[in-house]
Amino acid sequence: MNGPLQRLGRWVGSHLVLAGGLLVLLYMFVPIFVVVLMSFNDPDSRLIYRFDGFTLKNWANPCAADGMCGALSRSIQIGLLATVVATLLGTLMAFALVRHRFHGRSAANLGIFLPMASPEIVMGSSLLALFVAAGFGGRLGFWTILIAHIMFCLSFVVVTVRARLAGLDDNLEQAAMDLYATEVQTFRRVTLPLVFPGILGAALLSFSLSFDDFIITNLNAGNTTTFPMYVWGVAQRGVPMQVNVVGTVMFLVSVVIVVAVEVRRRRQERVLAG
Amino acid sequence: MSQVVEAPTAGAGDDRGTGGRTGGGLHLRSLTKEFASFTAVKSLDLDIPSGSFFALLGPSGCGKTTTLRMVAGLETPTSGTITLGERDITWEKPYRRPVNTVFQNYALFPHLDIFENVAFGLRRRKRSDVKPAVEQMLALVELESQARKKPAQLSGGQQQRVALARALINNPEVLLLDEPLGALDLKLRRSMQIEIKRIQTEVGLTFVHVTHDQEEAMTMADTVAVMNAGVIEQMGAPAELYENPRTTFVANFLGQSNLIEGTVAGREGDVVKVDMQGTVVSVPSARAHLETTAGHRAWVGIRPEKVLIAEVGEVIDAPGNSIPGGVISDVSFVGVSTQYLVRMPWGQELQVFEQNTGRRRLFRTGESVDVSWRPDYAFLLDHEQDASAGTDRSDLPS
Ligand SMILES: Nc1ncnc2c1ncn2[C@@H]1O[C@H](COP(=O)(O)OP(=O)(O)OP(=O)(O)O)[C@@H](O)[C@H]1O
Ligand SMILES: [Mg+2]
Repeated sequence: MNGPLQRLGRWVGSHLVLAGGLLVLLYMFVPIFVVVLMSFNDPDSRLIYRFDGFTLKNWANPCAADGMCGALSRSIQIGLLATVVATLLGTLMAFALVRHRFHGRSAANLGIFLPMASPEIVMGSSLLALFVAAGFGGRLGFWTILIAHIMFCLSFVVVTVRARLAGLDDNLEQAAMDLYATEVQTFRRVTLPLVFPGILGAALLSFSLSFDDFIITNLNAGNTTTFPMYVWGVAQRGVPMQVNVVGTVMFLVSVVIVVAVEVRRRRQERVLAG
Repeated sequence: MSQVVEAPTAGAGDDRGTGGRTGGGLHLRSLTKEFASFTAVKSLDLDIPSGSFFALLGPSGCGKTTTLRMVAGLETPTSGTITLGERDITWEKPYRRPVNTVFQNYALFPHLDIFENVAFGLRRRKRSDVKPAVEQMLALVELESQARKKPAQLSGGQQQRVALARALINNPEVLLLDEPLGALDLKLRRSMQIEIKRIQTEVGLTFVHVTHDQEEAMTMADTVAVMNAGVIEQMGAPAELYENPRTTFVANFLGQSNLIEGTVAGREGDVVKVDMQGTVVSVPSARAHLETTAGHRAWVGIRPEKVLIAEVGEVIDAPGNSIPGGVISDVSFVGVSTQYLVRMPWGQELQVFEQNTGRRRLFRTGESVDVSWRPDYAFLLDHEQDASAGTDRSDLPS
């Protein structure tokens, strides 16, 4: 009557919310756990997703999978370039939209949402139509993908930076000018540091959007292959275990970023409290 | 309307190395600011002697902040000029003016610690020995121990002192304070008022302090300018403004006043005789702010604490204007004083404050009394003006 099952039952009863939360976490982490596990898999057959034996060779030789590293490095290059360009342009646009009154400002504000709101398949196919119409039909590849990625990242950057800027008290910049800071110094010493978290967030978001985009990329890639396209392509024939290595590394990188942000925040709080 | 105030400490601007300190004070000439169709500041003329503590007092929305922002260079005037000493700064960039502001909401830089907030102005001007200067300034506002905290970690009063230190350290010719105490509770407010006043006396800079709290203006400033709807109604020493208001707005906004309708009967020497609801009262002509030709309609003004109440027929030591026929309609005992409302024969209720000295008995509601006041205390205003101007405070009986 006081067996472990009953005790578990009672614990669940009194910690319903916690139990629910744990279940959701489990649900979220199972796929990641599978990816990590599979990165150490030594499969007997390429067709069945089954853990057949432990090995480190996937990690030792990630590029053993045919064409994967080429696609991966292309995706990273496109991601970085798209991030830099979109963050720069998007930040400038956000400043213009928040700080300057001009004709069509509210239309521009609304227009920024359109790429975010429209389905990727629509954007992708209309871009393709545009490229073909402009005579780039035969030259689809790295550059057309890059242009497409910059385009859809831009909206996210503008929205993120604009939110940060709109929350900035104008009095701060006026106070800086009142305290002998020229326009440039005010931007460098006050505006930029305060908006920076928004810009950084926008850059991270851009990179991850670009890195895993499939639909738009696929439509505008020609013969070029990015990492998501590679995975999609090999999926029919059985995914090489090295893909899981990449997945695990990506996951670890995001964990490191999240932890770093959190540690920084806590350290700041501790400094403030002390 | 140009008013020049006596400089209490004319030329007191010291020279601790800002360079170009003129000591000539701040002068606004027909300064106007229009927003679209709305005029926030109308042809303002002001002369603020250097070294003085000047208060700009007025109700919300009367243009105080706009005026300060024009002086700081954060708003461009529609017309008019601003000069500091001999130097015309109307079109100068804010960072080229020897003027600093304590903002209404402090506007401390949230990403910099207290030390760097205070050091900001010095660093922008590439001053050497920043560290000792900042430490000295933090000591002045008693915040040495908080130097490495961020603004968000400080209390409202401490933030206010940082804002003050951040502006003061630059040793500006004029320090502008825009309702810096607005967010504080009453007790902290009082102690900050004393502190700001002490600092001003210590450093001897020109302070222009904006507030809508009349008590704050009167306790802190050498000169108070009362502003209403974009214009200065009256300017002078606090006591002068209080004792001899020139408009109904000033009479009501600065303290409280009884305004009684009357007709000018004529002048006798330096006294104006006024027929006030059947009783002839006199007012010194220096306190009559209208044309004193017979037949002119006027408001006779008297402060509630200047009115005495007496038993019917009793002679009290105010050899002045005595008006019979009052009936006490309300009594509120507030400790230091008793506040009466006395209904007069013509239907108006007068406010009377009597000091609680214990020498006179309390009157009760319904008792008949005479009221009187010394002629020297009354003032005479133009009947054209609205008797209720400036009485927007809901706690006042009408
Ligand atoms: N940028 C602006 N555009 C349009 N109108 C403005 C602007 N700034 C101020 N005003 C108007 O000018 C008038 C004066 O404003 P101001 O801020 O100077 O008032 P204030 O005396 O400082 O009031 P408060 O005591 O509430 O701070 C107000 O009616 C306000 O609505
Ligand atoms: Mg204001």
